Amino acid sequence: MNDPKDFGALPSMPRDEEGPVFREPWEAQAFSMTLMLYEQGHFTWREWTECLGAEITAAEERGDPDLGDTYYLHWLAAIEKMVAEKGIVEADTLRRRKDEWDVAARTTPHGQPILLDHQQEQ
Amino acid sequence: MSEKTHDGHTELTDNELRVRALESLLTERGLVDADALNELIDTYETKIGPRNGFKVVARAWTDPEFKKRLLEDGNAALAEMGYEGRQGETMVVLENTPKIHNMVVCTLCSCYPWPVLGLPPAWYKSFPYRSRAVIDPRGVLKEFGVEIGDDVDIRVWDSTSETRFIVLPERPAGTEDMTEEELVEIVNRNSLIGTALVEAPSAIGDQS
Repeated sequence: MNDPKDFGALPSMPRDEEGPVFREPWEAQAFSMTLMLYEQGHFTWREWTECLGAEITAAEERGDPDLGDTYYLHWLAAIEKMVAEKGIVEADTLRRRKDEWDVAARTTPHGQPILLDHQQEQ
Repeated sequence: MSEKTHDGHTELTDNELRVRALESLLTERGLVDADALNELIDTYETKIGPRNGFKVVARAWTDPEFKKRLLEDGNAALAEMGYEGRQGETMVVLENTPKIHNMVVCTLCSCYPWPVLGLPPAWYKSFPYRSRAVIDPRGVLKEFGVEIGDDVDIRVWDSTSETRFIVLPERPAGTEDMTEEELVEIVNRNSLIGTALVEAPSAIGDQS
């Protein structure tokens, strides 16, 4: 916090104080789910870093300046890929579920918890 | 898909939707549960932070036997203090001396000594740092406001999923009379990554 070196550093680099490690709750959730799956032995940490590294490299090739702020976006893309690769959750299932959440969110009055209604879908 | 509307309805961002989708599917398959997830988040947000690292440094500065163990077998010495990795990684502690300045990077992604420093700062994860730390460490350090003499050998260490590095910064002159507890307060996060030095309290200027 009181480290003067944290402030004037690297014009082209993002810099921060020792602030919060996650900018938004979804980042923390994506991070923690990954850790849990790893701890259950669904993949090795090496497999994980390779998967994440590939995602980051691909993003850079697409022109992402990659200043650290898109890091958990790469993380999320990597865990989606990993669960599909390991047969835990198929990519199609994930996409469908995402659409369901989207519909649920947009039909939920503001301020109320968003819930999926599985009965209605079947 | 109908038109998105903000009026009176809740809207989730694309990322939020993706995370919700994943979490709900994993929950249904019994692979995650909300309580454990929240506990993990809480641990990383509030319980593990660079302060663990500050304590390690202060102890190494004041306890030569501990320092010896720390440099010989990082994992064992850190475990003594209750800091253990979750990914089975080997923790290697690198000592800075008047002749050697160590600096840590992860060129692939962002491997980082989590148990000791928490989660990495944004710049550590950024492409500019990951790419330039290896090519031009002296230039990068200069931008962090750290001037390293030409007679000092700068060593850059690339972390991997198996090996994480922590820098043991030099104890600044003028801190001989300080206790371990007092020393904890002067250590800073970047000094454990090698992008800052530790200064004696009187040398730290007022920051507005």
